[in-house]
Amino acid sequence: MLRPRHPAVAPLILVNVGERIPVSPTNRTVVVTGIGATTPLGGDAASTWEGLVAGRSGVKPLEQEWAAEQAVRIAAPVAVEPTEVIPRPQARRLDRSAQFALVAAKEAWADAGFEAKAGEGADIDPDRLGAVIASGIGGVTTLLDQYDVLKEKGVRRVSPHTVPMLMPNSPSANVGLAVGARAGVHTPVSACASGAEAIGYAIEMIRTGRADVVVAGGTEAAIHPLPIAAFGNMMAMSKNNDDPQGASRPYDLARDGFVLGEGAGVIVLESAEHAAARGARVYAEAVGQGISADSHDIVQPEPEGRGIAHALHSLLDRTDLDPAEIVHVNAHATSTPAGDIAELKALRKVFGDHADHIAVSATKSMTGHLLGGAGGVESVATVLALYHRVAPPTINVENIDPEAEANADVVRDVARKLPAEGRIAALNDSFGFGGHNVVLAFRSV
Amino acid sequence: MAATQEEIVAGLAEIVNEIAGIPVEDVQLDKSFTDDLDVDSLSMVEVVVAAEERFDVKIPDEDVKNLKTVGDATDYILKHQA
Repeated sequence: MLRPRHPAVAPLILVNVGERIPVSPTNRTVVVTGIGATTPLGGDAASTWEGLVAGRSGVKPLEQEWAAEQAVRIAAPVAVEPTEVIPRPQARRLDRSAQFALVAAKEAWADAGFEAKAGEGADIDPDRLGAVIASGIGGVTTLLDQYDVLKEKGVRRVSPHTVPMLMPNSPSANVGLAVGARAGVHTPVSACASGAEAIGYAIEMIRTGRADVVVAGGTEAAIHPLPIAAFGNMMAMSKNNDDPQGASRPYDLARDGFVLGEGAGVIVLESAEHAAARGARVYAEAVGQGISADSHDIVQPEPEGRGIAHALHSLLDRTDLDPAEIVHVNAHATSTPAGDIAELKALRKVFGDHADHIAVSATKSMTGHLLGGAGGVESVATVLALYHRVAPPTINVENIDPEAEANADVVRDVARKLPAEGRIAALNDSFGFGGHNVVLAFRSV
Repeated sequence: MAATQEEIVAGLAEIVNEIAGIPVEDVQLDKSFTDDLDVDSLSMVEVVVAAEERFDVKIPDEDVKNLKTVGDATDYILKHQA
Protein backbone atom coordinates (compact mmCIF):
# COMPACT_ATOMS: atom_id res chain seq x y z
CA MET A 1 0.00 0.00 0.00
CA LEU A 2 1.22 3.49 -0.81
CA ARG A 3 1.91 5.54 2.30
CA PRO A 4 1.25 9.26 2.05
CA ARG A 5 4.50 11.19 2.17
CA HIS A 6 3.00 13.78 4.52
CA PRO A 7 0.80 12.01 7.06
CA ALA A 8 -0.85 15.32 7.96
CA VAL A 9 -2.50 15.62 4.54
CA ALA A 10 -5.14 13.40 3.03
CA PRO A 11 -3.86 10.07 1.67
CA LEU A 12 -2.82 10.08 -1.97
CA ILE A 13 -5.75 9.12 -4.18
CA LEU A 14 -4.67 7.02 -7.10
CA VAL A 15 -6.60 7.98 -10.22
CA ASN A 16 -7.45 5.16 -12.54
CA VAL A 17 -5.85 6.11 -15.83
CA GLY A 18 -7.16 3.06 -17.67
CA GLU A 19 -5.16 2.03 -20.71
CA ARG A 20 -3.56 5.43 -21.06
CA ILE A 21 0.20 5.44 -21.45
CA PRO A 22 1.75 8.60 -19.98
CA VAL A 23 3.73 10.63 -22.52
CA SER A 24 6.94 12.06 -21.14
CA PRO A 25 8.35 15.37 -22.36
CA THR A 26 10.25 14.71 -25.53
CA ASN A 27 12.33 16.34 -28.21
CA ARG A 28 10.60 14.75 -31.13
CA THR A 29 10.99 15.48 -34.81
CA VAL A 30 7.98 17.28 -36.31
CA VAL A 31 6.90 16.99 -39.93
CA VAL A 32 4.29 18.57 -42.21
CA THR A 33 1.83 16.03 -43.61
CA GLY A 34 -1.03 18.19 -44.88
CA ILE A 35 -1.56 21.64 -46.39
CA GLY A 36 -4.59 23.77 -47.16
CA ALA A 37 -5.29 27.35 -48.17
CA THR A 38 -7.87 29.75 -49.46
CA THR A 39 -6.29 32.93 -50.75
CA PRO A 40 -6.61 35.77 -53.27
CA LEU A 41 -4.89 33.46 -55.77
CA GLY A 42 -7.09 30.39 -55.37
CA GLY A 43 -9.57 28.43 -53.30
CA ASP A 44 -7.04 25.76 -52.34
CA ALA A 45 -3.31 25.21 -51.83
CA ALA A 46 -2.68 23.87 -55.35
CA SER A 47 -4.26 26.82 -57.16
CA THR A 48 -2.57 29.25 -54.75
CA TRP A 49 0.83 27.66 -55.44
CA GLU A 50 0.17 27.74 -59.19
CA GLY A 51 -0.65 31.46 -58.94
CA LEU A 52 2.47 32.16 -56.89
CA VAL A 53 4.82 30.35 -59.27
CA ALA A 54 3.17 32.07 -62.25
CA GLY A 55 3.67 35.49 -60.63
CA ARG A 56 -0.03 36.34 -60.64
CA SER A 57 -1.41 39.26 -58.61
CA GLY A 58 -4.62 38.80 -56.61
CA VAL A 59 -5.10 42.54 -56.04
CA LYS A 60 -8.27 44.19 -57.37
CA PRO A 61 -10.06 47.51 -57.19
CA LEU A 62 -12.65 47.64 -54.38
CA GLU A 63 -15.99 47.91 -56.17
CA GLN A 64 -18.14 48.23 -53.03
CA GLU A 65 -20.13 51.44 -52.59
CA TRP A 66 -18.32 52.28 -49.34
CA ALA A 67 -14.95 52.20 -51.08
CA ALA A 68 -15.64 55.38 -53.05
CA GLU A 69 -14.83 57.66 -50.10
CA GLN A 70 -11.73 55.72 -48.98
CA ALA A 71 -8.19 56.89 -49.67
CA VAL A 72 -7.33 53.20 -50.27
CA ARG A 73 -9.58 51.59 -52.89
CA ILE A 74 -7.72 48.33 -53.60
CA ALA A 75 -7.46 44.97 -51.82
CA ALA A 76 -6.85 41.28 -52.45
CA PRO A 77 -10.10 39.41 -51.76
CA VAL A 78 -10.25 35.60 -51.73
CA ALA A 79 -10.60 34.01 -55.16
CA VAL A 80 -13.38 31.65 -54.01
CA GLU A 81 -16.09 32.79 -51.60
CA PRO A 82 -16.17 30.42 -48.61
CA THR A 83 -19.96 30.25 -48.81
CA GLU A 84 -19.53 28.34 -52.08
CA VAL A 85 -17.92 25.57 -50.04
CA ILE A 86 -19.48 25.74 -46.55
CA PRO A 87 -23.21 24.92 -46.21
CA ARG A 88 -25.27 28.08 -45.56
CA PRO A 89 -26.65 27.19 -42.11
CA GLN A 90 -23.09 26.62 -40.88
CA ALA A 91 -21.61 29.60 -42.71
CA ARG A 92 -24.12 32.08 -41.26
CA ARG A 93 -22.90 31.36 -37.72
CA LEU A 94 -19.21 31.73 -38.56
CA ASP A 95 -17.29 34.96 -38.94
CA ARG A 96 -15.67 35.22 -42.36
CA SER A 97 -12.25 34.60 -40.75
CA ALA A 98 -13.52 31.32 -39.28
CA GLN A 99 -15.03 30.37 -42.64
CA PHE A 100 -11.62 30.77 -44.30
CA ALA A 101 -9.93 28.80 -41.51
CA LEU A 102 -12.42 25.97 -41.83
CA VAL A 103 -12.01 25.76 -45.60
CA ALA A 104 -8.21 25.65 -45.34
CA ALA A 105 -8.21 23.27 -42.35
CA LYS A 106 -10.56 20.79 -44.01
CA GLU A 107 -8.35 20.75 -47.09
CA ALA A 108 -5.21 20.24 -44.97
CA TRP A 109 -6.91 17.53 -42.90
CA ALA A 110 -7.97 15.56 -45.99
CA ASP A 111 -4.60 16.20 -47.62
CA ALA A 112 -2.92 14.60 -44.60
CA GLY A 113 -4.92 11.46 -45.33
CA PHE A 114 -7.51 11.75 -42.57
CA GLU A 115 -10.92 10.76 -43.84
CA ALA A 116 -13.03 11.49 -40.76
CA LYS A 117 -12.72 13.49 -37.57
CA ALA A 118 -10.71 12.14 -34.67
CA GLY A 119 -12.74 9.69 -32.60
CA GLU A 120 -14.93 8.90 -35.61
CA GLY A 121 -12.62 6.80 -37.70
CA ALA A 122 -9.58 8.99 -38.32
CA ASP A 123 -6.26 7.35 -37.51
CA ILE A 124 -5.60 9.63 -34.53
CA ASP A 125 -6.59 9.65 -30.86
CA PRO A 126 -8.59 12.87 -30.22
CA ASP A 127 -6.73 13.32 -26.92
CA ARG A 128 -3.48 13.52 -28.93
CA LEU A 129 -4.82 16.01 -31.52
CA GLY A 130 -4.58 19.80 -31.18
CA ALA A 131 -5.58 22.90 -33.13
CA VAL A 132 -3.79 26.25 -33.14
CA ILE A 133 -5.32 28.78 -35.53
CA ALA A 134 -4.60 32.46 -35.13
CA SER A 135 -5.98 35.71 -36.44
CA GLY A 136 -4.51 39.16 -36.01
CA ILE A 137 -7.79 41.01 -35.45
CA GLY A 138 -10.45 38.34 -34.84
CA GLY A 139 -14.07 38.61 -35.91
CA VAL A 140 -13.93 42.29 -36.77
CA THR A 141 -16.53 42.23 -39.54
CA THR A 142 -19.02 40.44 -37.26
CA LEU A 143 -18.40 43.00 -34.51
CA LEU A 144 -18.88 45.95 -36.83
CA ASP A 145 -21.84 44.50 -38.71
CA GLN A 146 -23.66 43.64 -35.49
CA TYR A 147 -22.98 47.12 -34.13
CA ASP A 148 -24.70 48.43 -37.25
CA VAL A 149 -27.64 46.10 -36.53
CA LEU A 150 -27.79 47.38 -32.94
CA LYS A 151 -27.88 51.00 -34.06
CA GLU A 152 -30.26 50.52 -36.98
CA LYS A 153 -32.62 47.81 -35.76
CA GLY A 154 -32.24 47.71 -31.99
CA VAL A 155 -31.08 45.41 -29.22
CA ARG A 156 -33.47 42.56 -29.98
CA ARG A 157 -32.08 42.07 -33.49
CA VAL A 158 -28.42 41.61 -32.46
CA SER A 159 -27.54 38.04 -33.40
CA PRO A 160 -27.25 35.57 -30.50
CA HIS A 161 -24.28 34.12 -32.40
CA THR A 162 -22.32 37.39 -32.16
CA VAL A 163 -20.02 36.43 -29.27
CA PRO A 164 -18.96 32.99 -30.53
CA MET A 165 -18.45 34.57 -33.95
CA LEU A 166 -16.34 37.57 -32.97
CA MET A 167 -14.12 36.01 -30.30
CA PRO A 168 -10.57 35.74 -31.65
CA ASN A 169 -10.35 32.04 -30.72
CA SER A 170 -13.41 31.28 -32.85
CA PRO A 171 -11.49 30.05 -35.94
CA SER A 172 -9.34 27.81 -33.74
CA ALA A 173 -12.30 26.51 -31.76
CA ASN A 174 -14.31 25.79 -34.91
CA VAL A 175 -11.39 23.99 -36.56
CA GLY A 176 -10.89 22.05 -33.31
CA LEU A 177 -14.55 21.01 -33.39
CA ALA A 178 -14.34 20.04 -37.05
CA VAL A 179 -11.37 17.69 -36.59
CA GLY A 180 -12.18 16.55 -33.05
CA ALA A 181 -9.16 18.06 -31.25
CA ARG A 182 -8.96 17.44 -27.48
CA ALA A 183 -5.25 17.89 -26.75
CA GLY A 184 -5.72 21.67 -26.65
CA VAL A 185 -7.03 24.45 -28.88
CA HIS A 186 -5.04 27.70 -28.84
CA THR A 187 -4.97 31.16 -30.37
CA PRO A 188 -1.75 33.14 -30.06
CA VAL A 189 -2.29 36.77 -31.02
CA SER A 190 0.60 38.89 -32.28
CA ALA A 191 -0.89 40.99 -35.09
CA CYS A 192 0.68 40.01 -38.43
CA ALA A 193 2.95 37.42 -36.78
CA SER A 194 -0.06 35.52 -35.39
CA GLY A 195 -0.28 32.82 -38.06
CA ALA A 196 3.42 32.00 -37.79
CA GLU A 197 3.27 32.06 -34.00
CA ALA A 198 0.40 29.56 -34.17
CA ILE A 199 2.52 27.18 -36.23
CA GLY A 200 5.46 27.67 -33.86
CA TYR A 201 3.19 26.89 -30.91
CA ALA A 202 1.96 23.76 -32.67
CA ILE A 203 5.51 22.57 -33.35
CA GLU A 204 6.27 22.89 -29.62
CA MET A 205 3.08 21.02 -28.67
CA ILE A 206 4.31 18.04 -30.66
CA ARG A 207 7.99 18.37 -29.81
CA THR A 208 7.29 18.41 -26.08
CA GLY A 209 4.85 15.53 -26.22
CA ARG A 210 1.49 17.25 -25.64
CA ALA A 211 0.13 16.12 -28.98
CA ASP A 212 0.93 13.84 -31.92
CA VAL A 213 -0.91 15.85 -34.55
CA VAL A 214 -1.77 19.59 -34.58
CA VAL A 215 -3.75 21.50 -37.21
CA ALA A 216 -2.18 24.96 -37.30
CA GLY A 217 -2.22 28.18 -39.26
CA GLY A 218 -3.60 31.66 -39.60
CA THR A 219 -6.65 33.41 -40.99
CA GLU A 220 -7.88 36.95 -41.51
CA ALA A 221 -10.95 38.68 -42.93
CA ALA A 222 -10.67 42.44 -42.54
CA ILE A 223 -11.68 43.89 -45.90
CA HIS A 224 -14.21 46.26 -44.38
CA PRO A 225 -14.44 50.08 -44.39
CA LEU A 226 -13.21 50.54 -40.80
CA PRO A 227 -9.94 48.54 -40.96
CA ILE A 228 -9.23 50.00 -44.40
CA ALA A 229 -9.82 53.56 -43.16
CA ALA A 230 -7.72 52.87 -40.05
CA PHE A 231 -4.75 51.24 -41.79
CA GLY A 232 -5.01 53.93 -44.46
CA ASN A 233 -4.82 56.71 -41.90
CA MET A 234 -1.74 55.07 -40.38
CA MET A 235 -0.09 55.57 -43.80
CA ALA A 236 0.57 51.83 -43.72
CA MET A 237 -1.26 50.95 -46.94
CA SER A 238 -0.53 51.58 -50.59
CA LYS A 239 -2.67 54.27 -52.19
CA ASN A 240 -1.69 53.17 -55.67
CA ASN A 241 -5.36 52.87 -56.65
CA ASP A 242 -4.67 53.40 -60.34
CA ASP A 243 -2.50 50.29 -60.61
CA PRO A 244 -3.96 47.61 -58.30
CA GLN A 245 -1.77 44.77 -59.55
CA GLY A 246 1.36 46.89 -59.26
CA ALA A 247 0.54 48.30 -55.82
CA SER A 248 2.17 45.60 -53.68
CA ARG A 249 5.83 46.02 -54.66
CA PRO A 250 8.23 44.87 -51.93
CA TYR A 251 11.85 46.04 -52.42
CA ASP A 252 10.89 48.40 -55.26
CA LEU A 253 11.90 52.03 -54.77
CA ALA A 254 8.30 53.17 -55.39
CA ARG A 255 6.74 50.95 -52.69
CA ASP A 256 4.29 52.91 -50.55
CA GLY A 257 2.70 50.43 -48.17
CA PHE A 258 0.94 47.09 -48.06
CA VAL A 259 -2.21 45.95 -49.84
CA LEU A 260 -4.77 44.28 -47.57
CA GLY A 261 -5.44 40.64 -48.43
CA GLU A 262 -7.72 38.05 -46.87
CA GLY A 263 -7.80 34.28 -46.54
CA ALA A 264 -6.22 31.47 -44.55
CA GLY A 265 -3.39 28.98 -44.68
CA VAL A 266 -3.32 25.85 -42.53
CA ILE A 267 -0.87 22.95 -42.22
CA VAL A 268 -1.08 19.62 -40.44
CA LEU A 269 1.95 19.07 -38.20
CA GLU A 270 2.71 15.62 -36.91
CA SER A 271 5.39 13.80 -34.97
CA ALA A 272 7.67 11.98 -37.40
CA GLU A 273 7.00 8.63 -35.75
CA HIS A 274 3.22 9.11 -35.85
CA ALA A 275 3.42 10.04 -39.54
CA ALA A 276 5.65 7.04 -40.29
CA ALA A 277 3.39 4.65 -38.37
CA ARG A 278 0.38 5.51 -40.52
CA GLY A 279 2.40 5.81 -43.72
CA ALA A 280 1.62 9.49 -44.25
CA ARG A 281 3.18 11.52 -47.04
CA VAL A 282 5.68 14.00 -45.58
CA TYR A 283 6.10 17.38 -47.30
CA ALA A 284 8.91 18.68 -45.10
CA GLU A 285 10.30 18.70 -41.61
CA ALA A 286 9.17 21.57 -39.37
CA VAL A 287 12.55 22.21 -37.77
CA GLY A 288 11.53 24.86 -35.27
CA GLN A 289 11.02 28.51 -34.56
CA GLY A 290 12.84 31.61 -33.44
CA ILE A 291 10.83 34.23 -31.60
CA SER A 292 11.79 37.66 -30.32
CA ALA A 293 10.36 41.10 -29.62
CA ASP A 294 11.77 44.43 -30.78
CA SER A 295 10.85 46.49 -27.71
CA HIS A 296 11.34 49.49 -29.98
CA ASP A 297 8.00 50.97 -31.09
CA ILE A 298 4.36 49.91 -31.13
CA VAL A 299 4.18 49.90 -34.94
CA GLN A 300 7.54 50.87 -36.47
CA PRO A 301 10.04 48.07 -37.05
CA GLU A 302 13.48 48.47 -35.51
CA PRO A 303 15.27 49.84 -38.60
CA GLU A 304 18.46 47.78 -38.32
CA GLY A 305 16.59 44.50 -37.92
CA ARG A 306 18.14 43.76 -34.50
CA GLY A 307 15.00 42.08 -33.16
CA ILE A 308 14.69 39.97 -36.31
CA ALA A 309 18.36 38.98 -36.05
CA HIS A 310 17.72 37.96 -32.45
CA ALA A 311 14.85 35.72 -33.60
CA LEU A 312 17.12 34.15 -36.25
CA HIS A 313 19.86 33.51 -33.67
CA SER A 314 17.31 32.02 -31.33
CA LEU A 315 16.23 29.64 -34.10
CA LEU A 316 19.82 28.61 -34.90
CA ASP A 317 20.76 28.24 -31.23
CA ARG A 318 17.83 26.00 -30.36
CA THR A 319 17.65 23.68 -33.38
CA ASP A 320 20.09 21.55 -35.37
CA LEU A 321 19.52 23.76 -38.43
CA ASP A 322 22.73 24.31 -40.37
CA PRO A 323 22.74 27.85 -41.86
CA ALA A 324 24.42 26.46 -44.98
CA GLU A 325 21.27 24.38 -45.65
CA ILE A 326 19.10 27.50 -45.93
CA VAL A 327 18.49 28.26 -49.60
CA HIS A 328 15.20 30.18 -49.46
CA VAL A 329 13.39 32.71 -47.31
CA ASN A 330 9.72 33.56 -47.70
CA ALA A 331 10.15 37.10 -46.44
CA HIS A 332 7.68 39.09 -44.38
CA ALA A 333 8.24 42.01 -46.80
CA THR A 334 4.89 43.78 -46.88
CA SER A 335 5.93 46.56 -49.30
CA THR A 336 6.48 49.20 -46.63
CA PRO A 337 9.52 51.48 -46.91
CA ALA A 338 11.12 50.63 -43.54
CA GLY A 339 10.07 47.04 -42.86
CA ASP A 340 11.28 45.44 -46.09
CA ILE A 341 14.84 46.64 -45.58
CA ALA A 342 15.12 45.93 -41.84
CA GLU A 343 14.40 42.24 -42.53
CA LEU A 344 17.07 41.97 -45.23
CA LYS A 345 19.62 43.70 -42.98
CA ALA A 346 18.91 41.06 -40.35
CA LEU A 347 19.48 38.25 -42.87
CA ARG A 348 22.82 39.81 -43.85
CA LYS A 349 23.79 40.34 -40.22
CA VAL A 350 23.10 36.72 -39.27
CA PHE A 351 24.09 34.82 -42.41
CA GLY A 352 26.90 37.06 -43.70
CA ASP A 353 28.10 36.03 -47.18
CA HIS A 354 25.72 33.07 -47.20
CA ALA A 355 22.89 35.60 -47.60
CA ASP A 356 24.01 35.90 -51.23
CA HIS A 357 22.98 32.24 -51.69
CA ILE A 358 19.51 32.55 -50.19
CA ALA A 359 16.67 33.08 -52.67
CA VAL A 360 14.39 35.65 -51.03
CA SER A 361 10.75 35.73 -52.16
CA ALA A 362 8.14 38.29 -51.10
CA THR A 363 4.92 36.52 -51.99
CA LYS A 364 2.86 39.41 -50.57
CA SER A 365 3.63 41.08 -53.91
CA MET A 366 0.98 38.68 -55.24
CA THR A 367 -1.34 37.82 -52.33
CA GLY A 368 -1.33 41.16 -50.56
CA HIS A 369 -0.87 41.13 -46.80
CA LEU A 370 -3.17 38.68 -45.03
CA LEU A 371 -2.24 40.06 -41.57
CA GLY A 372 -2.77 37.15 -39.15
CA GLY A 373 -3.35 34.86 -42.12
CA ALA A 374 0.04 35.67 -43.65
CA GLY A 375 2.10 33.25 -41.55
CA GLY A 376 -0.29 30.42 -42.42
CA VAL A 377 -0.39 31.05 -46.16
CA GLU A 378 3.33 31.75 -46.36
CA SER A 379 4.16 28.58 -44.43
CA VAL A 380 2.15 26.68 -47.02
CA ALA A 381 4.18 28.48 -49.71
CA THR A 382 7.48 27.77 -47.91
CA VAL A 383 6.71 24.08 -47.48
CA LEU A 384 5.70 23.79 -51.15
CA ALA A 385 8.84 25.66 -52.23
CA LEU A 386 10.92 22.96 -50.51
CA TYR A 387 8.70 20.14 -51.78
CA HIS A 388 8.82 21.32 -55.40
CA ARG A 389 12.28 22.90 -55.03
CA VAL A 390 11.08 26.14 -56.57
CA ALA A 391 11.13 29.66 -55.09
CA PRO A 392 8.18 31.83 -56.18
CA PRO A 393 8.98 35.26 -57.58
CA THR A 394 8.62 38.73 -56.11
CA ILE A 395 6.63 40.65 -58.68
CA ASN A 396 6.61 44.41 -59.37
CA VAL A 397 10.30 44.97 -58.57
CA GLU A 398 11.03 47.42 -61.38
CA ASN A 399 13.66 49.55 -59.67
CA ILE A 400 15.13 47.59 -56.80
CA ASP A 401 15.98 49.53 -53.67
CA PRO A 402 19.81 49.55 -53.47
CA GLU A 403 19.59 48.61 -49.78
CA ALA A 404 17.64 45.50 -50.77
CA GLU A 405 20.07 44.61 -53.51
CA ALA A 406 23.05 45.02 -51.17
CA ASN A 407 21.67 42.72 -48.50
CA ALA A 408 19.88 39.91 -50.31
CA ASP A 409 19.33 37.90 -53.47
CA VAL A 410 15.72 38.76 -54.29
CA VAL A 411 13.91 36.40 -56.67
CA ARG A 412 12.43 38.84 -59.19
CA ASP A 413 9.76 38.50 -61.87
CA VAL A 414 9.92 34.75 -62.45
CA ALA A 415 10.15 31.68 -60.20
CA ARG A 416 13.59 30.21 -59.61
CA LYS A 417 14.63 26.58 -59.23
CA LEU A 418 16.18 25.64 -55.89
CA PRO A 419 19.01 23.06 -55.69
CA ALA A 420 17.63 19.79 -57.08
CA GLU A 421 19.79 17.56 -54.88
CA GLY A 422 20.63 17.32 -51.21
CA ARG A 423 18.98 18.53 -48.04
CA ILE A 424 17.70 22.10 -48.23
CA ALA A 425 15.97 24.33 -45.70
CA ALA A 426 13.79 27.43 -45.93
CA LEU A 427 12.55 30.08 -43.53
CA ASN A 428 9.22 31.83 -43.24
CA ASP A 429 9.46 35.23 -41.56
CA SER A 430 6.47 36.97 -39.97
CA PHE A 431 6.51 40.18 -37.97
CA GLY A 432 3.70 42.08 -36.33
CA PHE A 433 2.68 45.46 -34.94
CA GLY A 434 3.81 45.40 -31.35
CA GLY A 435 7.33 44.34 -32.34
CA HIS A 436 6.67 40.59 -32.62
CA ASN A 437 9.19 38.61 -34.67
CA VAL A 438 8.62 34.96 -35.60
CA VAL A 439 10.85 32.90 -37.86
CA LEU A 440 9.82 29.36 -38.78
CA ALA A 441 12.25 26.86 -40.31
CA PHE A 442 11.33 23.95 -42.58
CA ARG A 443 13.67 21.40 -44.16
CA SER A 444 13.39 18.92 -47.03
CA VAL A 445 13.11 15.25 -46.12
CA MET B 1 -54.99 40.74 -40.56
CA ALA B 2 -54.10 37.84 -38.29
CA ALA B 3 -52.26 34.90 -39.82
CA THR B 4 -53.93 31.47 -39.98
CA GLN B 5 -52.38 28.33 -38.52
CA GLU B 6 -51.38 27.24 -42.01
CA GLU B 7 -49.69 30.59 -42.73
CA ILE B 8 -47.84 30.47 -39.42
CA VAL B 9 -46.47 26.96 -40.03
CA ALA B 10 -45.41 27.99 -43.54
CA GLY B 11 -43.73 31.11 -42.13
CA LEU B 12 -41.93 29.15 -39.41
CA ALA B 13 -40.82 26.63 -42.04
CA GLU B 14 -39.21 29.41 -44.06
CA ILE B 15 -37.50 30.79 -40.96
CA VAL B 16 -36.19 27.37 -39.86
CA ASN B 17 -35.02 26.69 -43.40
CA GLU B 18 -33.09 29.96 -43.45
CA ILE B 19 -31.52 29.43 -40.03
CA ALA B 20 -30.93 25.67 -39.83
CA GLY B 21 -31.11 24.62 -43.47
CA ILE B 22 -33.94 22.13 -42.83
CA PRO B 23 -36.21 21.55 -45.89
CA VAL B 24 -39.51 23.48 -45.48
CA GLU B 25 -41.58 20.31 -45.93
CA ASP B 26 -39.93 18.78 -42.84
CA VAL B 27 -41.18 21.58 -40.59
CA GLN B 28 -44.44 20.09 -39.23
CA LEU B 29 -46.55 20.83 -36.14
CA ASP B 30 -45.27 17.80 -34.22
CA LYS B 31 -41.59 18.49 -34.86
CA SER B 32 -39.32 19.51 -31.96
CA PHE B 33 -37.06 22.47 -32.75
CA THR B 34 -34.05 21.00 -30.93
CA ASP B 35 -34.53 17.27 -31.46
CA ASP B 36 -35.84 17.20 -35.03
CA LEU B 37 -34.94 20.48 -36.71
CA ASP B 38 -31.31 21.14 -35.70
CA VAL B 39 -32.22 24.37 -33.92
CA ASP B 40 -29.92 24.80 -30.90
CA SER B 41 -30.52 27.26 -28.08
CA LEU B 42 -28.81 30.19 -29.84
CA SER B 43 -30.55 29.52 -33.12
CA MET B 44 -33.88 29.28 -31.24
CA VAL B 45 -33.37 32.91 -30.24
CA GLU B 46 -32.99 33.74 -33.93
CA VAL B 47 -36.14 31.79 -34.80
CA VAL B 48 -38.07 33.65 -32.10
CA VAL B 49 -36.88 37.09 -33.18
CA ALA B 50 -37.66 36.34 -36.83
CA ALA B 51 -41.12 35.04 -35.87
CA GLU B 52 -41.83 38.13 -33.75
CA GLU B 53 -41.07 40.33 -36.70
CA ARG B 54 -42.96 38.28 -39.23
CA PHE B 55 -46.14 37.78 -37.18
CA ASP B 56 -46.11 41.04 -35.21
CA VAL B 57 -46.05 39.29 -31.85
CA LYS B 58 -43.94 39.61 -28.69
CA ILE B 59 -42.47 36.41 -27.29
CA PRO B 60 -40.82 37.16 -23.93
CA ASP B 61 -37.69 35.12 -23.05
CA GLU B 62 -39.53 33.33 -20.22
CA ASP B 63 -42.08 31.97 -22.69
CA VAL B 64 -39.49 30.73 -25.19
CA LYS B 65 -38.61 27.68 -23.09
CA ASN B 66 -42.21 26.44 -23.44
CA LEU B 67 -42.01 26.46 -27.23
CA LYS B 68 -40.67 22.94 -27.73
CA THR B 69 -42.40 22.07 -31.00
CA VAL B 70 -43.51 23.89 -34.11
CA GLY B 71 -47.08 23.30 -32.83
CA ASP B 72 -46.25 25.06 -29.52
CA ALA B 73 -44.93 28.07 -31.38
CA THR B 74 -47.85 28.13 -33.80
CA ASP B 75 -50.41 28.04 -30.96
CA TYR B 76 -48.53 30.77 -29.11
CA ILE B 77 -48.46 33.03 -32.16
CA LEU B 78 -52.14 32.35 -32.96
CA LYS B 79 -53.07 33.37 -29.43
CA HIS B 80 -50.81 36.41 -29.07
CA GLN B 81 -50.58 38.00 -32.50
CA ALA B 82 -51.72 41.58 -32.71
